[in-house]
Amino acid sequence: MTSGGEALIKALSDEKIDIIFGYPGGAALHIYDAIYQQDRVQHILVRHEQAAVHAADGFARATGKTGVALVTSGPGATNAITGIATAYMDSIPLVVISGQVASHLIGTDAFQETDMIGISRPIVKHSFLVQSAEEIPAIVKKAFHIASSGRPGPVVIDVPKDMTDPKVKFDYKFPKDLYLRSYPILGEADPLQVSEAVKMLKAAKKPVIYAGGGVIQSDASEELVNLSKMAGAPVTNTLMGLGAFPATDNQFIGMLGMHGTYEANMVMSEADLIFNVGARFDDRITNNPKKFGLEAKKIHIDSDPSSIDKIINVDVALNGDAKLVLAQLCKEFKNSSIENADLNPWWDQVEEWRQKHGLNHDMLNLENQQDIILPQQVIQSLYKVTKGKAFITSDVGQHQMFAAQYYKFDKPRKWINSGGLGTMGFGLPSAMGVKFAFPDEDVACVTGEGSIQMCIQELSTCSQYCLPVKIINLNNRALGMVKQWQDMQYGGRYSSISYEDSLPDFVKLAESFGHVGLKVEKFSDLNDAMEEAFSLKDKLVFLDVLIDPDEHVYPMLEAGGSMSEMRISKKDKTF
Amino acid sequence: MLSHIAILMENQPGALSRVVGLFSQRGYNIDSLSVAPTQDPTLSRLTMTTSENPKIVNQILRQLYKLVDVVMVQNLSDAEAYSIELAIIKLVSSREKIEKIISQAKELEGKILDDKDGHIMFEIWGDSADIDALLASLKEEKFIEVTRSGLLGMTKGNVALKTNDQTKISYD
Ligand SMILES: Cc1ncc(C[n+]2csc(CCOP(=O)(O)OP(=O)(O)O)c2C)c(N)n1
Ligand SMILES: [Mg+2]
Repeated sequence: MTSGGEALIKALSDEKIDIIFGYPGGAALHIYDAIYQQDRVQHILVRHEQAAVHAADGFARATGKTGVALVTSGPGATNAITGIATAYMDSIPLVVISGQVASHLIGTDAFQETDMIGISRPIVKHSFLVQSAEEIPAIVKKAFHIASSGRPGPVVIDVPKDMTDPKVKFDYKFPKDLYLRSYPILGEADPLQVSEAVKMLKAAKKPVIYAGGGVIQSDASEELVNLSKMAGAPVTNTLMGLGAFPATDNQFIGMLGMHGTYEANMVMSEADLIFNVGARFDDRITNNPKKFGLEAKKIHIDSDPSSIDKIINVDVALNGDAKLVLAQLCKEFKNSSIENADLNPWWDQVEEWRQKHGLNHDMLNLENQQDIILPQQVIQSLYKVTKGKAFITSDVGQHQMFAAQYYKFDKPRKWINSGGLGTMGFGLPSAMGVKFAFPDEDVACVTGEGSIQMCIQELSTCSQYCLPVKIINLNNRALGMVKQWQDMQYGGRYSSISYEDSLPDFVKLAESFGHVGLKVEKFSDLNDAMEEAFSLKDKLVFLDVLIDPDEHVYPMLEAGGSMSEMRISKKDKTF
Repeated sequence: MLSHIAILMENQPGALSRVVGLFSQRGYNIDSLSVAPTQDPTLSRLTMTTSENPKIVNQILRQLYKLVDVVMVQNLSDAEAYSIELAIIKLVSSREKIEKIISQAKELEGKILDDKDGHIMFEIWGDSADIDALLASLKEEKFIEVTRSGLLGMTKGNVALKTNDQTKISYD
């Protein structure tokens, strides 16, 4: 016989979960007591519930498995909300378990009561309120299935305290099957549409493959590479899709969108066929949708039918799972007798764009280098020292864009950032989640002095669990991305982007938690410090790099314009 | 144009708020909404009307279907469907006058429900536009209150809004 609390933890274990991230409190005490009395599920005590959810999220993004967080009711639940919204926007599979006041108290404004189901409703894929203890195993099973299947997303299980009462016992049975009414999961796409898509792809003279996070979610990188190789088209990845196609492959033209490469954005503007695989025509990509891809036919693979025609109408919709649909396309492509169009003139054009304004990936060898450090150089040094193989998590701001642009991701699941919600504070806790999943791999958090302070308390968690992540702080002494917009659109009126003299001494701060802090102020010290940081295998190193505070992220799409309207540098623009 | 959407959903606490929440969250307008349990007590049926354009209506249908609690969705405006609305109206008037108005409104059915000191309450049912027209023709009268059910509807012939069988998901 088990109690509801024991059943909950048993069910997690039956779902093959061996690690959860959380923070205890009154409504969750029975659950924590059940955790104490077993050893199959390890609980990681974070320092703030937002970090618990981000850590579970980082774990999920790196492994492809479902991450689990556990919080108490009221403030515990509301603290988790930012984390849940972050996962929702990027379609990350999570199960978030929240304690709730006892069921007879719900609705009475009881101590630490919040309507978690209500508050989280717009940012979850689904949620459950446990109404009897016996249904806990079945709810857990459904929650995991819903979180991880189709278009993944976070699922909340809200557990009133009486549902986990140790005095109320029942027979535990983990259901073998589960039943859901009308929960369709898309598999292969309609074969007629597939063959239509192949015809269009073969006929296109100026095709582009635009791949997003959906490719990573469905583990379809191999199939994407196969199709791209056959088609020979240029490939661009969204911020969420980085690593889906190898960045060091010559067919890769870089990231597209707001801070995409010149060549990727030009290719998107001039293409006659835009082949979208698992991306969603997000506004950071399309810029003004009325001016988007006017010359292009469009094909869209998506596992979520509501993404089709939501922003951009397409000619061929391939509703289905990216992995299966790409495999269908590859097969059809091979069997088709239609000749491929000659893409040489198109590639000549792409090369010309590349030469003209492509990113310089060799800035460590700049001539007349001064001692001031450019942010791009920090990422290039990081890339060099980690041989392009590290897991890189990031926060939000200029540093995030520099990391996305300059760290050439060749593998999926290595680039972990909050793309949809843009959550400052995501970097460090998500790096913890990654490090728990891959203790032997290098894990670096590329952050800014603004973002890192949003979850800085997790330095303590890293100390408790000996998590030797590397924090690469691109310290520009300002909320740089905000400052950049103020420079461009508000006549340089820097409203509230400076901390004046209040920044902590990050080296001392790191040391106070038992970590190593290194400060780098001169370019000539950069590579050595980076080497040192990664050579200290079992130490968390906080690398505080003082960078040029005036550097902006380019290219940058002009608000309201088309994808070819870009600022290329402080002086140059294409429009 | 008014679109008319029928939804079959789990009769679960929270299910209705997910449907309604979807509309506020995504900025869609609901013009009317009615909901009640069905013969199968585990399901309820909801009918709503919206005046969004066809592209948005298409999005609405897909977003609704994505909700785990929503079992089936149908755009009745796309099908041959019958629809009806009920209104209850209370105003200050005379019984004779209202009886005359009801009998003159050929498209509508109705009857007087109550008459207290010249406060006449009557019901009227039929097409929404005809109810609109009848209300407009009464605009000189002193209204006390009006309540309308929102449109109810159903496709004609051998089709029904029903669930797919439960999807069984097995694990090895
Ligand atoms: C939680 C949160 N609050 C506010 C913002 C808006 N915002 C986006 S970037 C940015 C500045 C980030 O500063 P920093 O971390 O120092 O990075 P930098 O841009 O300087 O590299 C801000 C405030 C956000 N994305 N997230
Ligand atoms: Mg900064």
